[in-house]
Amino acid sequence: MIPAGAIESVRATLDEIVRRSAEICRRTGRDAVQIMEVCGTHTMSFAASGLRGMLPDTVRLLSGPGCPVCVTTPGDVDRAVWFARQPGVTLVTFGDMMKVPGSAGSLSDARALGADVRMAYSPADALELARGDPQREFIFLGVGFETTAPLVAATVRAAAREGIRNFSVFPLFKLVPPALRAILARRDHHIDGFILPGHVSAIIGLDPYRFVADEFGVPGIIAGFEPFDLLEALPMLLRLCRQEKAAIDIQYTRGVPAGGNPAALRILKEFFLPAEAVWRAVGAIPDSGLAFRPEYDAFNAVRKFPGMPAHDPPEPKGCLCGAILMGRILPADCPLFGAACTPETAVGPCMVSSEGACAAAYKYGLTETSRWKKSRRRQEVAVRS
Amino acid sequence: MCLAIPGRIIERTGTMGRADFGGLVRAVALDLLPDAEVGDVVLIHAGFAIQTVDLSMEPEIAERLIAR
Amino acid sequence: MNEANGRILLAHGAGGRLTHELIESLFVRRFDNKPLAALDDSAELKLPDDCRIAFTTDGYVVKPIEFPGGDIGRIAVCGTVNDLAMLGARPLGLSVALILEEGLERETLNRIVDSMADAAKEAGVELVTGDTKVVERGAASGLYIVTSGVGMIPYGLSLSGRNARVGDAVLVSGTLGDHGITVMNAREGLGFEGDLRSDAAPLNGLVENMLSVHSSVRVLRDLTRGGLATALNEISRASGVLIEIEETAVPVRNSVLAGCQMLGLDPLYVANEGKLVAMVDETYASGVLRAMRDHPRGREAVRIGTVLKGEAGVVMRTPIGGARRLLMLDGDPLPRIC
Repeated sequence: MIPAGAIESVRATLDEIVRRSAEICRRTGRDAVQIMEVCGTHTMSFAASGLRGMLPDTVRLLSGPGCPVCVTTPGDVDRAVWFARQPGVTLVTFGDMMKVPGSAGSLSDARALGADVRMAYSPADALELARGDPQREFIFLGVGFETTAPLVAATVRAAAREGIRNFSVFPLFKLVPPALRAILARRDHHIDGFILPGHVSAIIGLDPYRFVADEFGVPGIIAGFEPFDLLEALPMLLRLCRQEKAAIDIQYTRGVPAGGNPAALRILKEFFLPAEAVWRAVGAIPDSGLAFRPEYDAFNAVRKFPGMPAHDPPEPKGCLCGAILMGRILPADCPLFGAACTPETAVGPCMVSSEGACAAAYKYGLTETSRWKKSRRRQEVAVRS
Repeated sequence: MCLAIPGRIIERTGTMGRADFGGLVRAVALDLLPDAEVGDVVLIHAGFAIQTVDLSMEPEIAERLIAR
Repeated sequence: MNEANGRILLAHGAGGRLTHELIESLFVRRFDNKPLAALDDSAELKLPDDCRIAFTTDGYVVKPIEFPGGDIGRIAVCGTVNDLAMLGARPLGLSVALILEEGLERETLNRIVDSMADAAKEAGVELVTGDTKVVERGAASGLYIVTSGVGMIPYGLSLSGRNARVGDAVLVSGTLGDHGITVMNAREGLGFEGDLRSDAAPLNGLVENMLSVHSSVRVLRDLTRGGLATALNEISRASGVLIEIEETAVPVRNSVLAGCQMLGLDPLYVANEGKLVAMVDETYASGVLRAMRDHPRGREAVRIGTVLKGEAGVVMRTPIGGARRLLMLDGDPLPRIC
């Protein structure tokens, strides 16, 4: 049980959120402060902790593009499936990517049809598979953001040092700051502040976000993932929103030094060059991906297995995931949401991923929660009387 | 977008180590934290330590997270 | 010595001498009971007059076939005994069909059938009829087991997912997620060390204890695939009630929680093989809890929530005073890093 004092402090924090957001709304003349949580794990924390449903109407959370499942294009899934179907090849992936549909099915479907697709918790485990079976080729599906890319680089370094030749990576990494720039560059974004991803920041630190405040005048807080982290981060952000000059600050100080992780940043530089990447439903963003430096071609699956299909199937008709990921509309504003598009019949990426904005909105449905609150209040009254 | 949970390093040999997550122990790669030592609490993402948790910041919270 | 010695061959399933030897050595010696020893085509069971029967069947294909805390044989017995127990039925007899992959080591098979015998003894149930078949190498993964069970429902007892009533207490018999995380760790080679163990166990003894407390138990459900959240959703729909649970009250072992967090899984959706949830008349809830804690399979039993009036659904109150809807599991939970 949570001690009464803790609940009291939650109430006090919520009161502060109510007060400060209302004040900002009065000043801006808008109905809500719009806060984008960039990271899918934050989306989940807000929903699973129940905090999302406790926030006042004057705070509106927008779920950003920080979920690799959401931003991997169907074309890239098709290419991963193509790799998995090459003779003598095992494709190793994080479980996250198994069910993401491409134009001709997911990796899970490919496995059902005979392709050798395996899940791994760590890229180091994928390398271990390669060590144990030198006759087979192992390709690791390199998805993720700045948090994950250094791990894969370290794994490639280990493979290079040991002279392991049957291991390569299909790089689909994406970078957060360029995506924020793409969002902010559009005039119609309506974002008042960012909750910035804690574990990406554990690697890159604070500096790469400075442009968000300096060039675009939007504040941001780097936050942790526990409910109490979010409860601390929101008032911090609202306080920044009031300031004349926008700034970026860190709530998650226990895990994010301002300088990030220098060793991880070094290894990223050593192995990768920034490259244009295509974000699902958003499009191409310059320098928002990572390509292997040419000296590591031997570990680049794209070089090692020529002939990868270049075709990119069109996005599903009517799907507004792009606008949702960019913070321009809410899931419920999409005509497909909850009708043609549900977790069982997901049309767009935000519903496919369990972390996606639409899946979270559907699963932890706010309308249902408020209905529950009402019936709960009635029964409490009944018990008391 | 990235799950990472705190664990305490209980062993280190070169770039490999083992970390304790409140009763669950797993091998962790320490390539990205060359200075990490036994006893440090680190954030683990996909089998790699990515950052040292600064226990001085919020000691109670950090301890609670590891010991739960 | 031939390498095939000590392994299962196709001939073991051909119905001839080898088949007989296998059945004799596997079953008759271990499961010494009259109906089985007769080796007739069916087992004959004696029933009291006017008795209601519970009848259930289940297939077991778990991979790997052996894991900390259990194996496919143990869960094949426990799973079927538990399905009977959830109706309050006392098991009368089980049938077992083994589908063996050619080349399976006899040693392994012996261990698994021993484990079935132990579990059956623990549950106080007899294995009264069985069958073995052998399939070509590659056509199965080690072995599969299908068990069916017949049980007798005590006079006047009616347990069903439809019976939950507003005001009922929601009880669970112990920690959640142990089995699912243990098996996933073994299957996917996740490298977790520590006290992870499957909870596979027969629950009929625990249920007997619970039913001895007045006629206060309305619903029992074992928390296998889909975990607690899925079971509560099924009950909520069948009974047309809202179920509310308290997150801080739900028991999860530290190591299981750590494993779940590392893999992005929710212990409320992870499978168990020796846990149940019960909806119990509020008035007798503490008595039922005491009865549960008196049984080795219910030492850590706790109350986690209450049945409320409202639209069917499951809501969990969170430690910060919020609420979260719990939906049914969709798809297979996969380990993830994001």
